[in-house]
Amino acid sequence: MSSIETRTKGEVTIRDLTKSFKIDGETLTVLRKVSLDIRGGESLAIVGASGSGKTTLLRVLAGLEEPDGGDVLIDGAPVHGLGRERAVIFQEPRLLLWLRVLGNVAFGLEVQGVDRAEAEERARRYIRLVGLTEFETAWPRQLSGGMAQRVGIARALTVQPEILLLDEPLGALDAMTKMTMQEELTRIWDEEKVTMVLVTHDLEEAIYLADRVLVLPKEKGGSVRLLDIDLPRPRDRNGARFVTFRKQLMAEFGLH
Amino acid sequence: MTYQIADDEERSGGRRFPWPNPGPRILSAARSGLADYGLLIAFFAGWQIASSVEWLNPAVFPPLDRVAYALYLGISSGALIDDIAISLQRSGIAFGAAIAFGIPLGLFMGQIRAVERALDPILQLFRQTSALAVYPVFILMMGLGEASKVFVIFWATLFPILLATIGGVKEVDAKLIEMARTFGASRLTTFRRVVLPASVPSIFVGLRLSATTALLLLIAAEMIGANKGVGFQVMNAQYNFQIPLMFAAIFLLAFLGLAANWVLILLQRRLCRWSPNTP
Repeated sequence: MSSIETRTKGEVTIRDLTKSFKIDGETLTVLRKVSLDIRGGESLAIVGASGSGKTTLLRVLAGLEEPDGGDVLIDGAPVHGLGRERAVIFQEPRLLLWLRVLGNVAFGLEVQGVDRAEAEERARRYIRLVGLTEFETAWPRQLSGGMAQRVGIARALTVQPEILLLDEPLGALDAMTKMTMQEELTRIWDEEKVTMVLVTHDLEEAIYLADRVLVLPKEKGGSVRLLDIDLPRPRDRNGARFVTFRKQLMAEFGLH
Repeated sequence: MTYQIADDEERSGGRRFPWPNPGPRILSAARSGLADYGLLIAFFAGWQIASSVEWLNPAVFPPLDRVAYALYLGISSGALIDDIAISLQRSGIAFGAAIAFGIPLGLFMGQIRAVERALDPILQLFRQTSALAVYPVFILMMGLGEASKVFVIFWATLFPILLATIGGVKEVDAKLIEMARTFGASRLTTFRRVVLPASVPSIFVGLRLSATTALLLLIAAEMIGANKGVGFQVMNAQYNFQIPLMFAAIFLLAFLGLAANWVLILLQRRLCRWSPNTP
């Protein structure tokens, strides 16, 4: 069920990416010469302790932060700043409270100059994909956390990006909603054939969703590690190999 | 997955304590009307009775039927209508100008930090200076005519609108703006689609505050140097000892205030249905 080979677009190449922040006059280097190839259509999870720079890496990929050095190439071409081939799903749904579900999902397309009727037509498809057809006319304040996040996901998918960047998208949800949403994300990723880069602090989530897990080092100067999760989908959280992967990943962080 | 639609009645805090046996619809409507307006009705009834049997001095507090009659006479003869028209004109022009000037300026100031920082101290000073205190200055500048009256109302209503608009723009969630940017929204599009709608509830707070201020300043300005207007009529009727007419004018002013607020609430409900803070 893996779709890595079916997709040639949405390939990301990261070369010697460096990023530091100045905090109170002191320079804090968050990313130190990070290099990585993300295959088109792959699902890659980035895990790391807080402060390891996983969110910074994602924000640089999104174009929300400028790197100090190094390059990001998408399908071979260097990119600077934001681009339409990428869409971001944030931890918070970030919905516009004055638009109904349909308006929120169509928002991305409308901003890109697609006229309202067509944007809404295309939005409806993704509202159906995330299972919210009945709630098209609901206001954001009427939605539960999980449903609001689905709207955010549909909004990002509607612009049909090659690369979906997810910054701890399920971090604020309760455990059960979270598991349901992980299953949904797997299904959506499989249907949309999109490259997915997921930042998470949830190791199980990384194993459940990703083809490969990138482990950012805890201590400065440590090396980046990559873990192949060659499990068939849908994945069984309690399967023997799943558990083995979890143990292995936990060991990376000195956890048992 | 849970889904809740907040019941409108529940949200507005309507009938939180239902009667055990509501009975027919009319009866329950009467009960709810009594709960809302009972005290007001009692107040008017008390006034009427106290004045009629002279517990109150009827020369100072005439019975309400005489006030109502004075109001009827004033309106049917057209005299009060002229006063209402000129009062509405003064406050309307001033309020309209404050909106036309305050909202765009506030939107601009809220967007550009440097402008906001440079203008804020002077704004704070002007805001803290009572418009009534500077009314004599406006009279010196523009004479006792219409211009100074309209201007003092404009001055007093401008600041609540301006500050509420600036506040609304500044409080727009930066995360929403970032979200719009990730879809490639230009600065102008982000302003139009995110900043402006997000600021509307806050702007309405300023508008409703200003409407009250407009009425206050209107009355003051009309009492100081005017020969027409509802505020003038209050003062004039008192001089001429037409106390029922005086109260008629006072009630008229109260009604104008209520009407203005009501129009703004209706408008706000139309524009801000999405906001949990909409009345």
